[in-house]
Amino acid sequence: MRDIEARAVTETVARLFLEANYHLTDDVLSALKNAEKTEESPAGKEVLRQIIRNAGIAAERQIPLCQDCGAAVVFLEMGQDAHIVGGDLTAAVNEGVRQAYDQGYLRKSMVTQPFSNRINTNDNTPAIIYEEIVAGDKLKITVVPKGGGAENMSRLIMLTPSAGRQGIIDNVLKTVDDAGSNPCPPVIVGVGIGGTAEKAMLLAKKALLRKVGEHNADPEAAELEKELLQKINALGIGPMGYGGRTTALAVNVEVFPVHIAGMPLAVNLNCHSSRHKEAIL
Amino acid sequence: MTMPKVINLPLTDKDIAELRTGDNVLLNGLIYAARDAAHKKMAAALDQGQPLPFALQGQAIYYMGPTPSRPGYPIGAAGPTSSYRMDIYAPRLIAAGLKGMIGKGQRTPPVLEAIKKYQAVYFGAIGGAGALISRSIVQAEIIAYPELGAEAVRKLAVENFPATVINDIYGGDLYSEGKSKYRIAV
Repeated sequence: MRDIEARAVTETVARLFLEANYHLTDDVLSALKNAEKTEESPAGKEVLRQIIRNAGIAAERQIPLCQDCGAAVVFLEMGQDAHIVGGDLTAAVNEGVRQAYDQGYLRKSMVTQPFSNRINTNDNTPAIIYEEIVAGDKLKITVVPKGGGAENMSRLIMLTPSAGRQGIIDNVLKTVDDAGSNPCPPVIVGVGIGGTAEKAMLLAKKALLRKVGEHNADPEAAELEKELLQKINALGIGPMGYGGRTTALAVNVEVFPVHIAGMPLAVNLNCHSSRHKEAIL
Repeated sequence: MTMPKVINLPLTDKDIAELRTGDNVLLNGLIYAARDAAHKKMAAALDQGQPLPFALQGQAIYYMGPTPSRPGYPIGAAGPTSSYRMDIYAPRLIAAGLKGMIGKGQRTPPVLEAIKKYQAVYFGAIGGAGALISRSIVQAEIIAYPELGAEAVRKLAVENFPATVINDIYGGDLYSEGKSKYRIAV
């Protein structure tokens, strides 16, 4: 058994949320730069230029990339031989969120009672935490500040087996097409196929954590990713919806076995300000 | 890209008549930031016959809730939020004199109808460019609903604030026009 201090969890969560909000990751930035070179639409090209400039200003001035600093989504992969000491794990994560959003001049976007009072909690807690027990004695922490605009355009579709591969393609395309400018294209498209309703959605969310340009190790899933990306970029939506060839930077598909009766399809969209950072304790 | 048109706010009917879908503009003057929660309160104020936080006539609303400003800066990151969530309130505000809206994303038919009927304009700003856009905001002041925090109504002084005309008074729509121009049948 290896001890991990709750205080270290708090410090790490806080640091990762600050980094994620100020610094666009290299994979996204280089995908944007490539797109800026190839984009045919003058308006689309200009949008890409401004998004790239924005990343430079954010890093230099330590100002968030986007005013929507997101809901604080946190994935914890906890080694079964690790042990948290000196405090409660959930409380430690929430304290990290509190510190980052308070001290880092990040926007607090969480409100209580969704359907009534909607009072801001003023510290962006509670975090949305997913825990998984894995082999080993380490704790892997991944933080995802998830913006509301792209999240609102996400979909869960409970397809049935006869829909097949074409059903997946048609529904992913429709989701991105209907979303238009709202999720701030060029987007990253997370696709979860299989499992149950909530499993598919979680797969789609986790798919967003993959680096832009990396494909699923399974050749069939990788092929689906390539076909979806090509078809999404043929929709013409373009950067910020002003028309163009760059509607998505990546399509990441995650697959899980499924019940004989079903084929859940989840699509979780991420904006071009695709923010996520990870660390291992 | 066409050369941006410099516009001094408030918008005049002549300015609006000259704007066409796809035009790039640089806005100068005063705009008001308000998003979901503030719109709900403004609609309630109209219902009760109470005054709004600012006179709507001729003004422009920016759908935006900023990050807190660091010391020495007027505002934090300040990019647009999705406009469609304000569509339930917007036609009423346009009928009451609102002339400009700045946000991102498609509007619903009632808003597009109101834009034509009352001669207003919908501008798009670049979503996710909050750090860049913040440099065009030189002054910010909360003028109503401070309890809403990021959603409070703010009066913003802007200089060369970059935006693009999405919907003009002639029925133009940049999203549908842009998409059809670059769409490839597959």
